[in-house]
Amino acid sequence: MSRGAFWRGYRDGAPFILIVVPYSMLFGVVARDAGLDLLQTMSMSVLVIAGASQFTALALLKDQAPVFVALLAALAVNLRMAMYSAALVPHLGHARLGTRALMAYLMVDQAFAVAVNRYERPPPMTPADKVAYYFGCMMAICPAWYGFTLLGALLGQAVPPELSLDFAVPVCFIALTAPLIRSLPHALAAAVAALASLVFAGLPWSLGLFVAALLAMLAGAQAELALRRRARRRQAA
Amino acid sequence: MISDSAFWTLTVLLGLGTFLIRFSFLGFLGRRQLPDWMLLHLKYVGVAVFPALVTPLVIWPEATGGEIDPVRIVAAGAAFLVGLRVSVVWSIFAGMGTLYLLQYLAG
Repeated sequence: MSRGAFWRGYRDGAPFILIVVPYSMLFGVVARDAGLDLLQTMSMSVLVIAGASQFTALALLKDQAPVFVALLAALAVNLRMAMYSAALVPHLGHARLGTRALMAYLMVDQAFAVAVNRYERPPPMTPADKVAYYFGCMMAICPAWYGFTLLGALLGQAVPPELSLDFAVPVCFIALTAPLIRSLPHALAAAVAALASLVFAGLPWSLGLFVAALLAMLAGAQAELALRRRARRRQAA
Repeated sequence: MISDSAFWTLTVLLGLGTFLIRFSFLGFLGRRQLPDWMLLHLKYVGVAVFPALVTPLVIWPEATGGEIDPVRIVAAGAAFLVGLRVSVVWSIFAGMGTLYLLQYLAG
């Protein structure tokens, strides 16, 4: 494992600690409010490490929804990660099975976005460096996730609503998206995703997100093919 | 009150299910070469998922009970522009800073 690549990953993942801290603390507080004890709160954060789905599951359980309903709703929130998993295959698929399993456990939005953004930019990385870089990113994010869930659960005090920390989540994803927009097809895909997410917001089980993302991927891919065809025609002419 | 059995069943199954979702392609396909059409689409996963996740949160924020809040839309725009031009860290500061500033000005 390359040390340089690991620390570069750490450095590139570190800004997201800013977001993970309030978000994980909030989970700790909300979980204790819902009546979970310390062990339960921490078990959920460690076993699942996927904030949005944990909030979903907790809210539904608190409303006395049947367990399988809460489970399916929370899993639907995480379905997007299957797309991350597929997108990481060309970069990380070479690793050993155990390493791939560990990378899968640690696959959160921030690590995926930071890593893919780096992999697709010059200079190209060696396969071993890609793995090291990925773990570096997660080394920045994951301990903060565990640690501040615990702190939130211990303090048990909500962040004052005047701080509008709910907005930290969208801002985080906006900060993740901006550097990914590198070409016209990327911009088009992002625009389709934004629009379609509003159009399909009414779908149950957070499926609107999934449908919007699939449409956006199609739009991006088709735009890229169209640009390639045009370039070829120009060359031929 | 959440019962212990409901909690543990849910948490263990959610942990397992989430792991399987994350493991799916990376775990089972491994070093197999993906077909070109799939690679073409996978290049757009990031720009497809994140805007779809964010847009409803910005347009219909839970904190306002789903009411459209111009302050949040402007703050989101600021975060996006700064993210395009400058960096991730400044994008986060620009987004939250604009939100606080406008909320303060609006009283």
